[in-house]
Amino acid sequence: MITLSDVTKTYGDTTVLGPLTLSVPGGGITALVGPNGAGKSTMLTIIGRLTEPTTGTVTIGGHDITRTPSRELARTASILRQENHFVTRLTVRELVGFGRFPHSRGRLTREDNRHVDQAIEFLDLGELEHRYLDQLSGGQRQRAYVAMVLAQDTDYILLDEPLNNLDMRHAVAMMKQLRKAADELGKTIVIVIHDINFASAYADHIIALTRGRVAQAGPPSELMTRSTLEEVFETPVEVRRDGPHPLAVYYR
Amino acid sequence: MADTSTSLPTRPAPAPDVDRDRRSAPRLWPRFAVLGLVAVAAVVGVLVWNIPSTPGSRGFWLAVEMRFTTVATILIVACCQAVATVLFHTATNNRILTPSIMGFEAVYVVIQTALVFFFGGAAAAATDGLAKVAIQSLLMVGFATVLYTWLFSGRRGNLHVMLLVGVVLGVGFGSLSSFMQRLLTPSEFDVLSARLFGNLSMSNEAYLPWAALVIAIALGVVWRRRHHLDVIALGRDTATNLGLRYKREVTVLLILTSVLISISTTLVGPMTFFGFIVATLAYQLTGSSQHRHVLPFAFLLSVVTLLGGYFVLRHVFYAAGLLSVIIEFAGGLFFIVHLLRKGAL
Repeated sequence: MITLSDVTKTYGDTTVLGPLTLSVPGGGITALVGPNGAGKSTMLTIIGRLTEPTTGTVTIGGHDITRTPSRELARTASILRQENHFVTRLTVRELVGFGRFPHSRGRLTREDNRHVDQAIEFLDLGELEHRYLDQLSGGQRQRAYVAMVLAQDTDYILLDEPLNNLDMRHAVAMMKQLRKAADELGKTIVIVIHDINFASAYADHIIALTRGRVAQAGPPSELMTRSTLEEVFETPVEVRRDGPHPLAVYYR
Repeated sequence: MADTSTSLPTRPAPAPDVDRDRRSAPRLWPRFAVLGLVAVAAVVGVLVWNIPSTPGSRGFWLAVEMRFTTVATILIVACCQAVATVLFHTATNNRILTPSIMGFEAVYVVIQTALVFFFGGAAAAATDGLAKVAIQSLLMVGFATVLYTWLFSGRRGNLHVMLLVGVVLGVGFGSLSSFMQRLLTPSEFDVLSARLFGNLSMSNEAYLPWAALVIAIALGVVWRRRHHLDVIALGRDTATNLGLRYKREVTVLLILTSVLISISTTLVGPMTFFGFIVATLAYQLTGSSQHRHVLPFAFLLSVVTLLGGYFVLRHVFYAAGLLSVIIEFAGGLFFIVHLLRKGAL
């Protein structure tokens, strides 16, 4: 379980997040949705200790993120940001291998290599494993970074827009794999996602943020209503319920 | 791609780094071997080449002993410049800056200039000794440590702000130095400028064992952190995610850099581009991003360049003192070419 109490983030006089007090249930996929600038990424990076909150405390699986040693936290939760710049020349396999750093401190053991192999296979990167990152497309690189986070093998996985740059096939594959990781391995996955329909189809729990506050939270079936979505996204939306999942139609 | 560890069941377990080693070893070992041999040849060459006494005689060993000071100085400087530049590149996540941008060398210049300015050329020459060298190094390291911990470990710690402050302070110290230099008499200015350009054959002998000790400790710290360095090179967010305390790690790296640069500078004076050349060549020639490859390779390259250049200048052109001038000239050209080819900072 992830809990936030009284978390705020301000830049100067502008409050971009909070005050937030909420808990994200352990297990399953939780999707953070909301319009641009609602504070989704800020909330995620605060939970993942990449951004320092102005006030408030965050715990992940019982660990207070400011008091727990960073190394221990790295074996509990992993976080991936939207943009990852890199300077060094790395192959996909080397990058994924870095996911094992919190466990093996840089010397890959047989066990570590097994995790790396699994993560590479999980994200369908077998053919690319010896390619350099700068020779990959944006989507392939995105998958390589997700593979690194999976190789880290943490109970909590925080992903900021993991579907960025992915084509239809790989976006669906990524969501299926995350679903599988949640169902079979018991991971708790929190993702920031733009496509509300992916959230509806795959998430167990949706938290909708607007202007730094929680507007609505609940299972997709509750949230996927015309009134809620129109209020959150401030745009006309129609919700269709004729398929297996409610779908929002908002294109024109 | 069956190129995984599981396809090698015959390999004795546990075998760390199985995959990385297997792919990089065949490419890298010959290069390390060749470079290592050239480095050893350069050391031996500088030590024994062209000694008039018969090998094995007392005079021969005396000459070797005298040359050993030069060789030891060059080895220390080579090590400092190569390692410091690679560490600085890793810490700042940038491969074009050199540690001199932080104003280390400007501090050295201002100390030297102030000494001549306030106490005269004779005093500056008379006070040469271990104490002065140690104080000078401490001042440089102190300057850097204060700057880094103040600017980088704070709540708003930001690498770019720190670099900018470093540049501004460097320029400030430079202007202060040139102001004082204008007021010197020509003879004092002459004494000063002899000190300001690096000279490999004019180092301070008494300082060498201490420098070697400090460097050995610094290298020990660096080597123990070699895997951390690889992670730091991935950038702040990824390094934090992988469980490193990024600010602390980077501050340690910058302090190590300042220790190494200050030793090199107090031994032979400023060298702006040398570290940049060897670090850049090491990245390109190893093709590896792992510090356990890049650091030793940069060190060997650095030894070969400095000792080889020294050997050629001394025994072919009879102009050993000019080495650092030539290296800076070649290094400056290399820097510009690299910048233009890369097209961006």
